[in-house]
Amino acid sequence: MSQSLINVAYIGATVLFILALSGLSKQETARRGNLFGMIGMAIALIVTAIGVVTANYSLLIGALLIGACVGLLLAKKVAMTQMPELVAILHSLVGLAAVLVGFANFLSHSSDFHGVEKTIHDVETYIGILIGAMTFSGSVVAYLKLSGKWGGKPLLLPARHWLNLILLVLAIYFGIEFVTQASIGEGLNPLIFMTIIALLFGIHMVAAIGGADMPVVVSMLNSYSGWAAAALGFMLSNDLLIVIGALVGSSGAILSYIMCRAMNRNFLSVIAGGFGNTAPKSSSESPQIEGEVTATTVEEVTEALKQAKEVMIIPGYGMAVAQAQHMVSDISKSLRSKNINVRFGIHPVAGRMPGHMNVLLAEAKVPYDIVFEMEEINDDFADVDVSIVIGANDIVNPAAKEVPDSPIAGMPVLEPWLGKTTIVLKRGMAAGYAGVENPLFYKENTRMLFGDAKESLENIFKNIS
Amino acid sequence: MLIGIPKECFDGERRVATTPDAAKQLQKLGYQVAIETQAGEEAKFRDTDYKEAGVSIYSDKEKLFADADVILKVRAPDDTEIDLLREGQLFISFLAPAQNPELLKTLADKKVSALAMESIPRISRSQKMDALSSMANIAGYRAIIEAAQHFGRFFTGQITAAGKVPPAKVLVIGAGVAGLAAIGTAQGMGAIVRAFDTRPEVKEQVESMNGEFLMLEFEEDGSGEGGYAKTMSKEFIDAEMALFAEQAKDVDIIVTTALIPGKPAPELITEDMVKSMREGSVIVDLAASMGGNCKLSEADKVVVKHGVSIIGYTDLPSRLPTQSSQLYATNLRHLLTDMTPEKDGQYVIDFDDEAIRGATVTTNGEITFPPPAPKLSAAPSKPKEEPKAEVIEEKKPSALRPWLPFIAGGVLLAWLGTVAPASFMSHFTVFVLACFVGYMVIWNVTPALHTPLMSVTNAISSIIIIGALLQISSPSPWVIWLSGIAVLITSINIVGGFAVTQRMLAMFRK
Repeated sequence: MSQSLINVAYIGATVLFILALSGLSKQETARRGNLFGMIGMAIALIVTAIGVVTANYSLLIGALLIGACVGLLLAKKVAMTQMPELVAILHSLVGLAAVLVGFANFLSHSSDFHGVEKTIHDVETYIGILIGAMTFSGSVVAYLKLSGKWGGKPLLLPARHWLNLILLVLAIYFGIEFVTQASIGEGLNPLIFMTIIALLFGIHMVAAIGGADMPVVVSMLNSYSGWAAAALGFMLSNDLLIVIGALVGSSGAILSYIMCRAMNRNFLSVIAGGFGNTAPKSSSESPQIEGEVTATTVEEVTEALKQAKEVMIIPGYGMAVAQAQHMVSDISKSLRSKNINVRFGIHPVAGRMPGHMNVLLAEAKVPYDIVFEMEEINDDFADVDVSIVIGANDIVNPAAKEVPDSPIAGMPVLEPWLGKTTIVLKRGMAAGYAGVENPLFYKENTRMLFGDAKESLENIFKNIS
Repeated sequence: MLIGIPKECFDGERRVATTPDAAKQLQKLGYQVAIETQAGEEAKFRDTDYKEAGVSIYSDKEKLFADADVILKVRAPDDTEIDLLREGQLFISFLAPAQNPELLKTLADKKVSALAMESIPRISRSQKMDALSSMANIAGYRAIIEAAQHFGRFFTGQITAAGKVPPAKVLVIGAGVAGLAAIGTAQGMGAIVRAFDTRPEVKEQVESMNGEFLMLEFEEDGSGEGGYAKTMSKEFIDAEMALFAEQAKDVDIIVTTALIPGKPAPELITEDMVKSMREGSVIVDLAASMGGNCKLSEADKVVVKHGVSIIGYTDLPSRLPTQSSQLYATNLRHLLTDMTPEKDGQYVIDFDDEAIRGATVTTNGEITFPPPAPKLSAAPSKPKEEPKAEVIEEKKPSALRPWLPFIAGGVLLAWLGTVAPASFMSHFTVFVLACFVGYMVIWNVTPALHTPLMSVTNAISSIIIIGALLQISSPSPWVIWLSGIAVLITSINIVGGFAVTQRMLAMFRK
């Protein structure tokens, strides 16, 4: 197969990938988009396999088949509440693959570059492996954190910023070492040292980030895996890799940006780690919250729901933890059959990854046209009779708007307190992730329904239907 | 401890101080509860209902007073009841302490601890025990129902085969709890509702009930302490009266709820205004017990003067006995919950608790009324104007600043252009353009699909597999195996990513 033909096929694949991403702009076109993505990938694979690969077909096909089976199994088995974990672990695979391909490229010495080109090529290899290794170890830690095998508390080593700086300096030092040594055909040692440093850096970076910042981390790692692919594309002089890497990289970067904006936090401060170290101080200084918590019962909630015309449901991470999405769906269905307008309000950072709540609600067969984003729905709360907050805290905290020195001041939040009644389902009075007291719970029109969210919802459902 | 609830002995009083439901809750606090037989009869709670709730029934009032440690009532005690009270007993009811200094003295002399429900301060924490508001809410509702009974037309406007019916026009004066309840009720029945109040901050509340707030072109804030209104200046009252005179000619029903604590009710509706109203109009005077807002109203009576029915009932809550007993009993229950922090059936009169301190009028033989002034008004205080000058000076960014990234980027690119070979630059072009395409495309993705977006980008970032394929045919075994493993893991990723995306997307449906 001629190089031009391969290039044409790559252009086709690129277009298909772009179409795949643009298809995701709407639910109606999303499935077709995914199909485009698959076709693009198939074209790229087949063309490369036929046009470039000349030997070792058995290894190639064997690895492909085994990998495909494992992947299919993972995809079939994963529960929707575990999506963040799955995405994190898949990111780690991309990172690992980038490291392996980088090393393979270095070892094969196939390139016949000279002078500046050689230097650039070495730098590209180096950067590709660096990002790949960071993505790999960072994603593994993110996976462990998301699956609860590693505590959600940020690990805050003393002088951690200095530690990062030292690692960075070392990485640059080994980079220079590597380029000088590679020009005379050596350089494996600095490359390995750098890989270890990058692995440590990845671990440390994600370990320092707290549980509720996970949406940022997951999308940031998504971005890194793209940049790693782009760096490898430069290394291999392959435009397809460059384009896809850039697409994925900017996609992840935008998601990180959206998540940071939704938390009103600076990207750097999220990466630098931890809310936990600043919050407690200010919460003791913050003015005493007026009012008192009013507890309620399942019966009262049921009554309120039955008499409501407009109901808003605000799910948070707690709904995912309690696996309560199916119950929520049943309740919303039963209310809708009684001609009560039920809508869902989703905060961008609800849950542990971007769009997490939407996926859970979709799994529970909640129609997507009654699920709204924060910006679409925040102005409607005045007309809402009953808002139900399920396992969410910081994203409905009025302190963000009302208390200027609160740690979450300025963060956009859903505003159920503007409605007639807010019912908060919660285990106890613990503060949210940010460690900030939530004045919503003390508002006059807020009722707290304590207990396990799933159980409470089951009882409500029984009483309604 | 035993809580005793005697039957109300005031003539025409139908309420009772506890309901079977509330009695159950009281027992959860560790108390025993007893009622005088038939105490709830008028409020439609039978003795058997109480019995089922675990309440003991006493047929003898004297025995009940002798046994009980706590007495709950609606009305203040009459002379026989005062005789039955004994030292150390706790007595809770409406007492009107400001109007009844002798009663307080008698109670103090008998060393009875007494709590007056109307003295509970109006702070947000104590709203759940604010019996005045509960009763005012009912009174406001009932006022409209009474008015409807004496009004000869529909409230709602209708267009029927038999002709067009205009909606009734209701004017509510005083938009406190009772006024708001009246607005809501009349609105619910379809009337056009207007409301007036001297406190401008209630405008929003009136409008939230879909009422029309009548404004006076006059700068004076009538908010007094504790959320009540205060007496206004003469000019204001003149302007106000002119407004009422004008409205009286237009509206069909007037509900007045204007009360100033501890003072006779202000006269708002003069005889001339009544004369100017249409035949068949109705006035409900909720302030009749305090002399009335309307000059012609008579307490506890309905009188027809100049063709206008003027309702002066003072027992409106008692006319909805079941409802008002329920709310009152709940208010009492909340009060006792706060007074029983240990839930062991032993009450504590804690003077550090602002609500309980406010309500307590006698204890240990001393009169503790009036309480020190409450600290906070229920209405939000006016926001302070903050100095703004400093902020502006700080925020002057340098003119260069927005251009810095561009300049830095330009320098960097220029440097790259001088050192990098042409082959690199062509790849770099592709890279930069792809970043922009990605930027444009991703911003269009709906947030609901962010998770599928991540899984699909994850799948396509496995395009790294191409890198592995390019090298798998190398002669070096190291390279072959590294590439082989890379193919294995990226293919997990490709298939897994696409499959899970497909699975997720299949779930999104209308």
